[in-house]
Amino acid sequence: MPVGVPKERIQGRNPWYLAWLRLRRNKVALGCGVLFILIVLFCLAAPLWADHVAHTGPNDNHITDTVSIGGVDTDVVAPDGTPLGPGLHARYLLGADQNGRDVMVRLLYGGRTSIYIGAAAALVTTVLAVIVALLAGYYRGWMDAVLSRILDVIWAFPVLLLGIALGTALAVGGLNLGVLSIAGDSIWIPILIIGLVYVPYMARPLRGEILALREKEFVEAAVAQGMGPLRIMTGELLPNIISTVIVFFTLNIANNMLLESALSFLGAGVRPPNASWGTMISDGYQLIYTAPHLTIVPGLLIVVTVLTLNVFGDGLRDALDPKARIRLEH
Amino acid sequence: MVRFAARRLIGMVAVLFAISVIVFLIFNVIPNSDPAVRIAGKNANPELIARVSADLGLDQPLPIQYLTLMKQIFTGTLTSYASNRNVVDQIIDGLPATFSLCIGAAVIWMTLAVLFGYLSSVHAGKFADRALTVLSLIGISMPVFWLAAILLYFFTFKVELFPTGSYVPLTEDPLGWVYHLALPWFTLAVLFIGFYSRVLRSNMLDGMNEDYVRTARAKGLSERQVRIRHVLRNSMIPVITLFGLDFGMVVGGGAILTETVYNLNGVGLYAGEAIRSLDLPPLMAVTMFGAFFIVLFNTLVDIAYAALDPRIRLGEAAPV
Repeated sequence: MPVGVPKERIQGRNPWYLAWLRLRRNKVALGCGVLFILIVLFCLAAPLWADHVAHTGPNDNHITDTVSIGGVDTDVVAPDGTPLGPGLHARYLLGADQNGRDVMVRLLYGGRTSIYIGAAAALVTTVLAVIVALLAGYYRGWMDAVLSRILDVIWAFPVLLLGIALGTALAVGGLNLGVLSIAGDSIWIPILIIGLVYVPYMARPLRGEILALREKEFVEAAVAQGMGPLRIMTGELLPNIISTVIVFFTLNIANNMLLESALSFLGAGVRPPNASWGTMISDGYQLIYTAPHLTIVPGLLIVVTVLTLNVFGDGLRDALDPKARIRLEH
Repeated sequence: MVRFAARRLIGMVAVLFAISVIVFLIFNVIPNSDPAVRIAGKNANPELIARVSADLGLDQPLPIQYLTLMKQIFTGTLTSYASNRNVVDQIIDGLPATFSLCIGAAVIWMTLAVLFGYLSSVHAGKFADRALTVLSLIGISMPVFWLAAILLYFFTFKVELFPTGSYVPLTEDPLGWVYHLALPWFTLAVLFIGFYSRVLRSNMLDGMNEDYVRTARAKGLSERQVRIRHVLRNSMIPVITLFGLDFGMVVGGGAILTETVYNLNGVGLYAGEAIRSLDLPPLMAVTMFGAFFIVLFNTLVDIAYAALDPRIRLGEAAPV
């Protein structure tokens, strides 16, 4: 046996494993990722809390009910309209709103809606943006010109105004496109709107990456081997941008959640009585001076969730794309 | 250069045209309801609906309706379905509040973002940097309207430090103008402070490794001069690009939430009201107004880039 060669063969490490090693060292990003998963799990457990602790559903009104707190019967909603505040009691842990609904229960169910919309819309955006980027970047020429102009038009729309315009127009009678039919109060309306308006923000940088990759030798080799366009796009180009796509997807969920809350606040997102963190703030804001907890609590949840996603997304970027990172290890 | 600018301006007009058609279609094709029925009211008989429809020109084919609407926007004779008031006048009335809000906020966000970004990069990795990074991350993770609501609650109700919104014209009462706009300015600026300071910080840290920094140091410049005169100036370029795009966006509809919560009677508040009543003419006009500013600032950024960097004139858009 030659000298200097270790007995065991050196294992090849794939890029994903290397990325994981880098991510593992970034404790803050990892912690945020775990916290986000915990928030999702808590929201998924909403029915458990509703059935076994609070004993009420997210849309059940209790305006005239009383609840026993420390042995004293207290109105859920006082005669002057002020709802019960937060306190250490199993029912109404975070107080009630103006309809006597349990804020904790609504918060958990609302979180489901908000996170679901954020993630589903991110999926819509990502799929559309990747398709547009691949087509424009692979075919170039007129295909790129047409797709880029369409992106320019969506880009030039004020995001919020486009979202609101579509939201209000669709809420009147839902969407009917032959096979596809969505009711006006379905949460798929905000999902599709949010998914659509952010497409240019993701498709433009991805297109740039594909255009650069298109010039590389491996694409030329694939063409020379007689690979079809579809196979080159999915087998050669897509794997090379997938790390960017993953980072964009994570950060996009965060942006989507913010846009959902803004649309719901303006009445063009999730329809009442369905709870989302945005609609809860919108409802609660009417009582900001007498019952600030109705505004503060759902907003804090949005901030924490979006923050964890942003920090985790940044960490992912550092881990997946070491060239773009600015590491400061003194 | 002139040819480049002309091409960008023609492109701008084309994009605006496309947007106007899309907005028109969104409100005329998607809703499964006839605007004439909504305007005529709940108990309207078919004759009344037909008369409203004819009055507003809603019985005409869509292309004619579109042309009429555009003609009215450009001649300033467009009136709202809901209130019968002139839309263009309403938008012009909203301009002072909207521009006061946006320009003031822009001054705050650029100043603080440059300051924070600079400090962060100077103290990279140390406590000040970490604290500023956490703050800016929180800043970009906050819903704007929520921040507005919370600030209103704490600073106008809990501690009566500021008045509750409303707009006071600068010409009437300069001090009152600042006093009433202080909270809205800050609210609108927070997101951008967080975002820009992070961009500037990473640009400056990248810039510190460039060759020109070594040259500057070799010439004997102090570290501070190297940072401010060389690295900061170069790192500002992408920030200025972002600023051009974002300022257009804020003027063109980004301020709706801030204006709504603080009850500033600007263009955004007007847009919000039009949305709630599904009032097509103002919505059409406001969206066009917003798109105009976004496209205008996009184009200005492109042209400014081309003036500074000849290579871009041959390509297409400014790098973002």
